[in-house]
Amino acid sequence: MPLPVRDVVGILADNLRLRGSVLPIPARRATAWARDLGIPRGGETVLYTGQMYQLIPYIERLVRLEQRLGDSPLARFSGVARRANRLVNGVAFVARPGASERAEYDRVPANVARLLQKAGVAFGYLYEDDLYSGALAHDLGADEAVAAHARRVVGILRKHGVREVITIDPHTTTMLRTVYPKLVEGYDVRVRSYLEVLAECGLPVGVPLSGTVAIHDSCVYARYEGIVDEPRRLLGSVGLTVAEPENAGQWTWCCGGPAESLFPTTAAAIAGKRVEQLRAVAPDCVTMCPICLVNLRKAANGTMRLRDISDHLLDAVAERGVSAAHVGGQTQ
Amino acid sequence: MSVLATAGMIRQLEAIGPFDAEACMNCGVCSAACPLGIDLLPRRLFRYALLGLGDRIHDASGPIFSCLLCRACEASCPAGVHITENVRVLRHWLLQEGS
Ligand code: SF4
Ligand code: SF4
Repeated sequence: MPLPVRDVVGILADNLRLRGSVLPIPARRATAWARDLGIPRGGETVLYTGQMYQLIPYIERLVRLEQRLGDSPLARFSGVARRANRLVNGVAFVARPGASERAEYDRVPANVARLLQKAGVAFGYLYEDDLYSGALAHDLGADEAVAAHARRVVGILRKHGVREVITIDPHTTTMLRTVYPKLVEGYDVRVRSYLEVLAECGLPVGVPLSGTVAIHDSCVYARYEGIVDEPRRLLGSVGLTVAEPENAGQWTWCCGGPAESLFPTTAAAIAGKRVEQLRAVAPDCVTMCPICLVNLRKAANGTMRLRDISDHLLDAVAERGVSAAHVGGQTQ
Repeated sequence: MSVLATAGMIRQLEAIGPFDAEACMNCGVCSAACPLGIDLLPRRLFRYALLGLGDRIHDASGPIFSCLLCRACEASCPAGVHITENVRVLRHWLLQEGS
């Protein structure tokens, strides 16, 4: 196998085992989004972020570094890096995104919390106990580390008396809902995506939006968790017209993101093809996964507007409604 | 060309997790649906595993780790093979084996 794969997986598994996340970031960073939102600590129902959106700026920094190192002689020292990482948290040294990068992705969990609050859903948050789910390590086959981590997360949920979890991204949803029951005996926490929760209870729409958005389904939501109708119902309920690209719903086309850290050229080609499919039906696109969002934004390179679904939904429940054409300014 | 068979490979894989490669009919629909195209051929990987060709699995470690786990293949597979779970099992086996 190409050398870095084992060492990269080893570093991720070590981090999960030793520090509770594949990319350990300080708890104050992972929970910064919740400041000023007045979310109670704990409770029977909690919003569980799994740190996915908060981690994206750090992952991006690491991927850029990895791409610079990839072809250099330093790549040969990945084994040394793994041994050093066991002693010192390497992420804390090499990945330091700026405040604006962090704010761009911290906005999504804050959006979701506001949407749930406006919809009248009662929930708490575990703050520093809201741990990463282990999704990436699971995908890469680091099963022992993931099983131990799942037991740790479930122990925390039990300690807080959590009976229902509301998730905000597809990867954390499938880990907590579909993978953990196979790994932890007696695990019986109810897990729903906030899209399912909001589609069921409805959103209090302030001023309806107008415009058309191309929808990019997450592979994991659509094909692992069967979440296809909910985002469409929600977007329709706030007044947006959903444009279906080639390969939509159950037949969605991957954003390429899962290959990005190990095979960036492949990932970029797949994302580029997807951007073409999306751009063919509308200049504004809605995503529902942090990995899709960052990967498609990079591939689009400013040629279309890509926003998280929570941005659109929050526009509609805000006091002043705006059309999709006006709100799609984020083009990075 | 000579190949090296890995004794008891299928048992090793099944010990890691559910591995249903024997259900594969070798039809190729998965490869047609795959965004990675011919870089990743699940049916060929599954043959290697069933035949115990561990060295061939090692040689294919790049494609195995590049799989997106997107399940576009599974959505089309007429035999209902759990392709992504099989890929995860092969990854785990490669990590255990070393290179
Ligand atoms: S689509 Fe299914 S049955 Fe056909 S080759 Fe692929 S895994 Fe085998
Ligand atoms: S899960 Fe892997 S093999 Fe199947 S379509 Fe996606 S990338 Fe191809």
